[in-house]
Amino acid sequence: MKLQEFQSKMLLARYGIPVPRGDIALTADDARRIAFELNTEGFAVKAQVPAGGRGRSKGVVLVSSPEEAGAAARAMLGRTLVTEQTGPVGYPVRQVLVEEAVTVDRSLYLAILIDTARAEMAVLAGPEGSEEIEDKLRSAETTIERLHLAASGKPDRADAEALALRLELESRQIPAFVALLEQLASAFVENDATLIELNPLAITKSGAVIALDAKIISDDNAMFRHPDLMALRDEREDDGVEVAAQSRQLNYVRMDGNIGVVANGAGLGLATLDMICAANGRPANFMDIRTTANSLDIAYGCSLLLENPAVRAILVNVHGGGMQPCDTIADGLGIATRRTGLKRPTIVRLAGNNAEYARFRLQNFGVKVIDCPDMWSAVTRAVATVQDMGETR
Amino acid sequence: MSILVDADTTVICQGVTGRSGTHYSAAMIEYGTSVVGGVRPGRGGSRHLSLPVFDTVASAKAETGANTSMVFVPPDNAAAAMIEAIEAEMPLVVALTERVPIQDMIRVSDALRGGITTLVGPNSQGILAPGLCKIGVMATGSERKGHIGILSRSASLTSEVTAQVSAVGLGQSTTVGIGGDAIHGLSMRACFELFLADPETHGVIVIGEIGGTEEEELAEFIAKTKPDMPVVALVVGRHAPVRRRMGHSGAFIDGLANDAEGKIRALESAGVTIAESPHLVGEMMRQAMLVDA
Repeated sequence: MKLQEFQSKMLLARYGIPVPRGDIALTADDARRIAFELNTEGFAVKAQVPAGGRGRSKGVVLVSSPEEAGAAARAMLGRTLVTEQTGPVGYPVRQVLVEEAVTVDRSLYLAILIDTARAEMAVLAGPEGSEEIEDKLRSAETTIERLHLAASGKPDRADAEALALRLELESRQIPAFVALLEQLASAFVENDATLIELNPLAITKSGAVIALDAKIISDDNAMFRHPDLMALRDEREDDGVEVAAQSRQLNYVRMDGNIGVVANGAGLGLATLDMICAANGRPANFMDIRTTANSLDIAYGCSLLLENPAVRAILVNVHGGGMQPCDTIADGLGIATRRTGLKRPTIVRLAGNNAEYARFRLQNFGVKVIDCPDMWSAVTRAVATVQDMGETR
Repeated sequence: MSILVDADTTVICQGVTGRSGTHYSAAMIEYGTSVVGGVRPGRGGSRHLSLPVFDTVASAKAETGANTSMVFVPPDNAAAAMIEAIEAEMPLVVALTERVPIQDMIRVSDALRGGITTLVGPNSQGILAPGLCKIGVMATGSERKGHIGILSRSASLTSEVTAQVSAVGLGQSTTVGIGGDAIHGLSMRACFELFLADPETHGVIVIGEIGGTEEEELAEFIAKTKPDMPVVALVVGRHAPVRRRMGHSGAFIDGLANDAEGKIRALESAGVTIAESPHLVGEMMRQAMLVDA
């Protein structure tokens, strides 16, 4: 689960990590008032979307008066923000963060993430923080320093100081940096984060640190022990739908095509997308039904497809296993069809346990399906079905 | 023969009294696997599925002589269960639990270092040696005893490919789900090496997907050692959703090479046959075996 910038900053502030003063605004008037109350000379107005690259897409604007802050907020709110990290669909801007602008002497890139290859937590730090960090790394214009953390997550003090020296911090800047690293590591472990990124982290001449931007991703699989984080999710965002689907034992990601996809298992789901694209079709979503999903969970997932107006046909590609035989998935589709009253041409390929029984279940639910014997024939049939509909329109 | 399991494999089930533990233990006994007991803290001394239940892995191991533990403990306690089995020096631990928090797996990986345990999974469908031993949740009925080793990050694709391999007249020595999570036990490369060392395995199918660097590491190993048996690989995720593929900082660690195309290029240049489509894996292995023979 991705936290928005303002949520990330609130959480980090609880660990003592300095962040700029500011507040969240839902309207231009709010933004103007917040800026006025900040009572300073410069303000940052920042669109709250769960993706980076905002600075280059007018999602972050610096202004010098409360009136300008209001105008900047008006220009962002209600708009869809597309950055190089959002995909072509972008995200609607529903709220903006209005903050005091901070004069930066030096900025760093600082992140903690999980190095999966080594099964360890790692600190990554770069001598300059900016949106261009990924480009600069690719072109080797900048370097990144690494520090691996013990399984407890606690940074070794000497290692942290050595890291600060490699980043060429001055001696009076080091204590605050080391303290920040410890706070950040605590926040990482205690919130089951998979990524915390401060980019940029400002360091002032006097040695103070301040996180100008913050991004936290928490492990969806650990949400059972973080009801506080679950409460932050916004179901209007894609991420909210994804998290809601997670709680129903489904992986669901909306895409921009017109073939709705139901598959069990992430691998079979990805394989289905690859085959649809190879057959010149366009998938409307990725869906992976986990073995722990019951027919009601699956019905929720199928309803998402039926209610997506872009979906012209549904492709069900299932290999039934021991605990989730094909009929469980057939029931899910049947329940969703009854509940929503919506129908789409449905192409199914059922293999593995209880495939035959699943066909009876579908019949009983009154779901008419086009039954295909193998994956490829089902995929090509689904693509052809959608293409035929296009021609007859 | 087979890898990881053999005729002497005896299994206890951690979480035997739960819904999944009960269901799959029964299915495994039916398949012929030697399941000799279960573990459920607080229920020691009772019986379940007519198996003795123990409070701890250590006592279960001491009493039954089991050499394998499978973990069906729910995500909140799965890591603790794995660590208990590792500390009890269980030689093989197969973790089936899905959705184990990744930070918990950092602690499990730490516990594995220097120990004697081989961990398979979590989020694995398990290990199947057709006609000999089934440990896990996989569908059975399409498998057939033979000489193809299948190692996979995906449960449902393994069932699919197993059926394809049987349908073209070949069979499987062992199928292994190494697990779909970013941090797991037995690596793709280590599993591949076990297949290489197995005289009954004459060809290997690798089922990979986007994310991580294991396919690249396997490719490097194959390029270096040039194994003399056919290897067919399927890597899925070329058309995964953009937001899933978008690298955030993880890309810094993985060197920006962890998309499907990069994995396919790495494996192909190492001499691995790439399956053109998920439905053609069995057929491509059949052709590769013909050339090899």
